[in-house]
Amino acid sequence: MSDIESRPLEPTGREPMVAEPADGEGVFARVAVNAAATRTTRREFIKGVIASGAAVAAASYLFRGPAGTAQAQTRGAVERLVSLRVNGKVRRVDVLPQETLAHTLRYKLGLTGTKLGCDRSECGACTVMIDDVAYYSCSTLTHSVRGHEVTTIEGIAAPDGTLHPVQRAFVEELGPQCGFCTPGQVVTAVALLKANPSPTVEEARVAMSGNLCRCGAYDHYLRAVMRAAREA
Amino acid sequence: MAYKLIGKDFLPPDVVAKVTGEARYAEDFRAEGMLFCKLLRSPMPHGRVRNIDASEALAMDGVVAVLTADEVPSFPPPQNPILTNEPLYAGEPILAVAATSETLAADAIEKIKVDLEPLPFTVDPLDSLYPGGPNARLTGNVANVRLDLQTVKWDAAAFVEADRGKLPMGPPAEEWQFGDLDAGFAAAKVVIEENFVTAGLSHHSMEPRSCMAYWQNGKCFVHGSSQSQSYVVPGLANYIGIEPKDLVYIAEFCGGGFGSKGSAYPVMSIPAHLAKKTGRPVMMRITREEEYSLGLARPAFQGWVRMGFKADGRISAVDLYVVHDNGPNMGFWDFRNAGSAVSIVFQPEAMRWRGISVLTNTPPRGPQRGPGENQIAMAIEPLIDKAAHELGLDRVAIRRVNAPDNDAKYGAKQGPVTSAYLKEALDRGAERFNWEERKKLSRRRTGNKVIGIGVASAYHSAGFSGFDGLVRITPDGKLHVHSGVGNLGTYSYGATSRVAAEVLGYDWSNVVIVRGDSSKHLPWNIGQFGSNTSFTMSRTNYVAAMDAKQKLLEIGALEAGGAADDYDIQNEAVVRKSDRSTVMSFADAAARAAKLGGKFSGAEVPDNINPLTKAAVAGLAGSGLIGVAKDTLPKDGVTPALSVGYIQVELDLETGKFVIQDYVGVADCGTVVHPQSLANQIRGGAVMGFGLAVSERLVYDPKLGLPANVGLYQAKPPSYLDVPAEMAWDAVGKPDLANPLGIKGIGEPIQGCAAAALLCAISDALGGHYFNRTPVVTDMIVNAVAGRPQSYRPLQVNVQ
Repeated sequence: MSDIESRPLEPTGREPMVAEPADGEGVFARVAVNAAATRTTRREFIKGVIASGAAVAAASYLFRGPAGTAQAQTRGAVERLVSLRVNGKVRRVDVLPQETLAHTLRYKLGLTGTKLGCDRSECGACTVMIDDVAYYSCSTLTHSVRGHEVTTIEGIAAPDGTLHPVQRAFVEELGPQCGFCTPGQVVTAVALLKANPSPTVEEARVAMSGNLCRCGAYDHYLRAVMRAAREA
Repeated sequence: MAYKLIGKDFLPPDVVAKVTGEARYAEDFRAEGMLFCKLLRSPMPHGRVRNIDASEALAMDGVVAVLTADEVPSFPPPQNPILTNEPLYAGEPILAVAATSETLAADAIEKIKVDLEPLPFTVDPLDSLYPGGPNARLTGNVANVRLDLQTVKWDAAAFVEADRGKLPMGPPAEEWQFGDLDAGFAAAKVVIEENFVTAGLSHHSMEPRSCMAYWQNGKCFVHGSSQSQSYVVPGLANYIGIEPKDLVYIAEFCGGGFGSKGSAYPVMSIPAHLAKKTGRPVMMRITREEEYSLGLARPAFQGWVRMGFKADGRISAVDLYVVHDNGPNMGFWDFRNAGSAVSIVFQPEAMRWRGISVLTNTPPRGPQRGPGENQIAMAIEPLIDKAAHELGLDRVAIRRVNAPDNDAKYGAKQGPVTSAYLKEALDRGAERFNWEERKKLSRRRTGNKVIGIGVASAYHSAGFSGFDGLVRITPDGKLHVHSGVGNLGTYSYGATSRVAAEVLGYDWSNVVIVRGDSSKHLPWNIGQFGSNTSFTMSRTNYVAAMDAKQKLLEIGALEAGGAADDYDIQNEAVVRKSDRSTVMSFADAAARAAKLGGKFSGAEVPDNINPLTKAAVAGLAGSGLIGVAKDTLPKDGVTPALSVGYIQVELDLETGKFVIQDYVGVADCGTVVHPQSLANQIRGGAVMGFGLAVSERLVYDPKLGLPANVGLYQAKPPSYLDVPAEMAWDAVGKPDLANPLGIKGIGEPIQGCAAAALLCAISDALGGHYFNRTPVVTDMIVNAVAGRPQSYRPLQVNVQ
């Protein structure tokens, strides 16, 4: 992974986590304080991000599809530098007030394993965990996850690359076909097993039902979830 | 025959990347200085661009270029255009904007003034065929592949009975017949006649067709989303306006295509054109909503069929007419496939097929899993049940008596097949499903719930020939199988590569599959569509491996004297036939081949291979031993993929809701290559079939020509909760006679048989009620139970 992730952002090497603010303005105020508290200047940080290749220019991509939304998106929108905890590491990134988490992850943090199949809470390809609960990142505002632990598909395997039991089971049951929905399916399954380590097939089916698979690999995914539950 | 690799499960090399998120699809790529493109799409179903004023947009800081239809190659109508000045469906791209950010590109689109003249439009083929009815195009209303664009209006007399539900049947655009139809109907004990309507639907690939392109050193690099690899190259080069040798096409992963991404499609050239115009890389992200318009769709049918059954259930005559909704452009030939499918699945003694492909101002159509075969299976299979009931026959027995075997006849010309084991598939399924016991549950009622049992068959042709195989043994002893077939998600690129390893006796861990990027020296292969990969690619990899084997034996002779015939291969080495002693390892033979040059090293290639394969070999020449050959193996007749589905549903008569309780799918796909993937295909195909049968459809407002469903929640592909948690599968496993390993494909019919079986089961639960249309949705069921008329006219399309 990129240099920026391993480089300490402040002398303690630990980013202060921010509690969920009461209102939007509060978010920005707290961010400013926390950013100032770090010894890494904004300029150095941005240079680091660019050098790592982990992010592209802020706001390059339009989120939420149709062209009609573009006006609302740009007018008066100001990016704020925030700290996010993603896959156990602190990531600092400029975020628009109305920016979705999927957008931040894919286009600013370079975490492209999170997919966009619909960008409107219909398919589940963008599923990530927020504090161990599965969420559609396409319909979660990035600002709302400050102070929470975000886990994407890239954070499921162990740091040394050892596959998570769910991933291993997905491979063994040949769960994926085209694979586009697979990251979301894996994350939802991991979240399920965290909440319910021994689900029945019916419980697993309901838990997974927010993730569409056009290849129709549901049967194999479910077999994999049950195998992971057995073998974890 | 016992194989070392074929018929055994393996770890496909791309599967781990899919579960870790490392798999990179087209939209996951970035390039330095990349611009973003957005499309300006038609707000109306048919119009003519009178003027475009982009001055305000171009004056915006960061807007780099506007690309119009006048600047890109155009193709003779009714081919799909890249951009257009005569939009033929709502959502058709008129122009594209490139800007430094996607937001800016979207803003710029809103600043562009397009003066559009509205033109007449139609969203119902029968409206267009009516005298004086609207034409989808200014120049005609009927066209298809190999059917010239023309204007057809039927006599008003043809429509007299339409309101009562009889399909108008004016002169067809095409027709064929075999046997004596009158004699066939005269010999029938039961004659069944019905109309039917099958709705069009989106392919719903989870990955929208996003694309990124840039130019470097005169070559155009494109990251695209396609089922196929090499097959895309000539078509995409043509859309870009360059020679295939100047295109580098990268498509290591594809997030689903189901026919809609089988060949190059026009919008994928837009980033390349904008990248050329701006001198910068361009990314085009396609949205789900856009996918519903420019992402292709399955053609819809309005049809009529008359079938004659003899006392033993044998089908003596079929008369079929299909009015096919082709969208506005070239479309696809589903209507023809419908006729061929009936001819092979039911082997009628006499048959007439008539069809017409009518243009409408709805999304462009393309092949979708079982194109035509699966619509007609849904229309016909419940009628087979109806005949069985009237004749007092078992529903499996009536299918069995008509089912094709190796002597089966196919299509208009009643040509031969390379193998057909549908009877065996019916038997295997009946056994797995326990049909004899299970059918006793048919129509059993408990409270409001009633059980329905169904069985159905489906077909698709499953094999091509004439493509090139390319393998390479490098001096480290590894076998490299160069595959240009694509990666749709079936893992058949891998399964068929194992054929080359099987022929050469390779340990699978010593095999490398080379694929996903046309600069990796990939041969000319068929696209990954049409249920054909397993048959076609196993043949091409077989001939390439046989070529490599022959060269190994010849090198053995050069090394140790005698003739090639005196040698064999064993444990990745050339050995003497006489005492099985090793002459040289494959690694040493590869090093020798590189030095020998000529045909051994790839310096010389066969004359009959495709220029694309020649270029691939040229790039590899001298790096080892090259095996390359065109598949000229014999193939006499069509290679049918056949399948059978058995199903049980429990239907609530009060709500119309039903639950699929059990499903068994059985494939006649020849020798099974990769059991685990076959299982996933049979089950996944069934899931897609259930959507086809009972939930998915495109609906167009007849007043405005605008789509009513542009979201997954509106068009309803099945979720986990719509299908059984577990489904059973099996395969006949009898080898095909035209494939050296007996392999044939299966991808498409496994959807159609599930869709048709479900409809049969619903009809069974309702006492044999035939709905005359798909999808069958719950309010239709509730109306049928109550004996109320349905909310639509008999042949009406665009029913919500």
